Amino acid sequence: MNALVRPALVLLLILTVVTGLAYPLALTGVARLLFPNQAGGSLIVQNGHPVGSRLIGQAFSDPKYFWSRPSATTPQPYNGLGSTGSNLGPLNPALTDAVRSRIEALRAADPTNRAPIPVDLVTASASGLDPDISVAAAEYQAPRIARLRGLKLEAVRALISAHTKGRWLGFLGEPRVNVLELNLALDQSR
Amino acid sequence: MTGSSLALIAALVAAAALCAKPLGLYMANVMEGRPIAPLRAGAPLERLIYRLCGIDPTVSMGWKRYAVALILFNALGGLLVYGLQRLQLWLPLNPQHFSNVSPDSSFNTAVSFVTNTNWQGYSGESTMSDLTQMAGLAVQNFLSAASGIVVAVVLIRGFALREAQALGNFWADLTRSTLYILLPLSFALALVFVSQGVIQNFSADQDVTTLETLHYPQPKLDAAGNPIKDKAGNPVLENVATRTQTLPMGPVASQEAIKQLGTNGGGFFNANSAHPYENPTALSNFFAMLAEILIPVALAYTFGHMVGDTRQGWAILAAMGILYVSLAAVAVHSEQLGNPRLAALGVDQAATRLQSGGNMEGKEVRFGIGASAVFATTTTVTSCGAVNAMHDSLTPLGGFVTLFDMMLGEVVPGGVGTGLYSMLIFAVIGVFIAGLMIGRTPEYLGKKIEAFEMKMSAIAILVMPFIVLIGTAVAVSLAAGQAGVANPGAHGFSEILYAFTSASNNNGSAFAGISADTPFYNTSLGIAMWLGRYWPIVAVLAVAGSFAAKKRVPVTSGTMLTHGPTFVILLIGTVILVGALTFVPAIALGPVVEHLMLWRS
Repeated sequence: MNALVRPALVLLLILTVVTGLAYPLALTGVARLLFPNQAGGSLIVQNGHPVGSRLIGQAFSDPKYFWSRPSATTPQPYNGLGSTGSNLGPLNPALTDAVRSRIEALRAADPTNRAPIPVDLVTASASGLDPDISVAAAEYQAPRIARLRGLKLEAVRALISAHTKGRWLGFLGEPRVNVLELNLALDQSR
Repeated sequence: MTGSSLALIAALVAAAALCAKPLGLYMANVMEGRPIAPLRAGAPLERLIYRLCGIDPTVSMGWKRYAVALILFNALGGLLVYGLQRLQLWLPLNPQHFSNVSPDSSFNTAVSFVTNTNWQGYSGESTMSDLTQMAGLAVQNFLSAASGIVVAVVLIRGFALREAQALGNFWADLTRSTLYILLPLSFALALVFVSQGVIQNFSADQDVTTLETLHYPQPKLDAAGNPIKDKAGNPVLENVATRTQTLPMGPVASQEAIKQLGTNGGGFFNANSAHPYENPTALSNFFAMLAEILIPVALAYTFGHMVGDTRQGWAILAAMGILYVSLAAVAVHSEQLGNPRLAALGVDQAATRLQSGGNMEGKEVRFGIGASAVFATTTTVTSCGAVNAMHDSLTPLGGFVTLFDMMLGEVVPGGVGTGLYSMLIFAVIGVFIAGLMIGRTPEYLGKKIEAFEMKMSAIAILVMPFIVLIGTAVAVSLAAGQAGVANPGAHGFSEILYAFTSASNNNGSAFAGISADTPFYNTSLGIAMWLGRYWPIVAVLAVAGSFAAKKRVPVTSGTMLTHGPTFVILLIGTVILVGALTFVPAIALGPVVEHLMLWRS
């Protein structure tokens, strides 16, 4: 037994240094060299100030902006330090109630729009930080944005399609629109 | 099921199958001490390690000594993780001044990471110091995966060796699998992840100015930082307006790579692989899934190569592949059907050119239904347990698939090492059953299967259902167990069943609504993880030792072939019967009831 203790202890310490220290440090160095922007969080910088990350969503409630997906983080939605989903089961009445109130909020912001609401716009994302909405969810909101901003519907829809990303190689992932980038472009388009 | 979902499953299976041979051959060479040219650069480091540890790598161990060395090494690793958590306030590299973790939570997390489970009872981003993360948790991501690999290799050697008393040197096996297999693969994968947007830095958290001012209520705090309560005991809320969003930073990619490759699954962030900084694109998601099955699939080739008949490895892979594709298809189909309760509210859940549709609660838009449901399947058929969608919000049948994947014993293709050795034990049991049916002494790969091997195989397979069912029964009977449930009705039962299934199989995913950071769950799930890991490992090592000591019986016309379609069907049947029959009553009470309630009129 004693013959096993020394190798066990020393090997544990050495491999701790190799995998716990040397590996992450070396990777950080190489990553900063090859992909500095990605390794640092894919920040969007405007006039020298970071205004967000391309990968992390932000909350929008002003009807003049495209709204992001509902977020289950607390105490505020899109809390960057508290990623979480709602963990509500499909039969949980709390889920139906939440969806119903989100539908009401969308309808109240755009009373003339009676189109069925795309599912991702009324369901909470897994991370609470989803940066994207589906193209359908962007199209659904286009008439409201056009009306409130005094833009032509075609102009808003052109903006959406300019910011639509398709599937990688035609099958990986889903077509989507990055909400923060779309809203930043919207602010610049006037 | 949409075309892109089918294409995703096909591409994943094809990619893993293409990697099986080169990686499988490479691993066979490494485990026999022959790494390929560029990695021979690691040889001086390997020799230095042996010298410092006082190890002679050529000294081969019998199965009992091997088992003692493995458990001792893992126990010491567990003690280190436990100690780091209990003392982190007084240790360096704790910039946020996180306090020491409670004894029950520390025990749970230590066992969790040492056993390759990576169940995370503690709360997300705000518990562990940088030192605990790096020197404790991240290290065990490597070492627990390496421990799985060496057990699988020892079982392979048991089949390959003849009349041998010793099976290999644990220290050398562990060092080689860490240095030559896990480290280089992790480094390469981590770079792919960073290229996609996974962060890798040691910066402080980053404040950004958001486009819109956010108004929200939050609990009012007194001078000491405690929430102020009104007369009724409810927290007093104050309205806050902010344009600041704080983005978390840290060395994520390095942990993410080994988390997937080592089928560990413990996320840097609470949302795990759903977090955009852990899994930013459909491509990183594809590589994350491929990484989960890469080593388990290649080990099956290593097995065929080392026993001198690669058809044996492909037969195992065929059984794994058929089960995997079927399970993934059920999950995708069920999630794509969506939630009838939301359809009744007029929500559009149809899959179109413009949206993935389906059950999007707890899912990310960039993954949609296909890449979320396939990920959920992949993470539970392996012992990974990373999640890119919240399993608690899956449809009843989608949730059933994830539960059932684990209940099969995680063998399609299973965790790193654990998948192969568990599947080979199923093969032994299958051959034994077939032998009984045709009335001759069963043998597998020329080794006679006798009473001792059958006893050990039964122990290895039956301990998991035993812990799951007893644990669930105890938890649902006690107030401390019921207290953690988040969702009402049958779904709440599923949350408890899932917790014990995940812990006993060392998976680590959860129906995460459950509040498991309590003394009851920390202790009971910790015990489940420990027994679920080491009980089968000792039994498997015993089988390996027993087989190694046997002669090899020559193949005759009466030998049952173990590389054809008949054997593949026999193996699938054994896995499903042992898995399904034990758990049918429990499944009926959870997902089946929920499914019937959801879809009734």
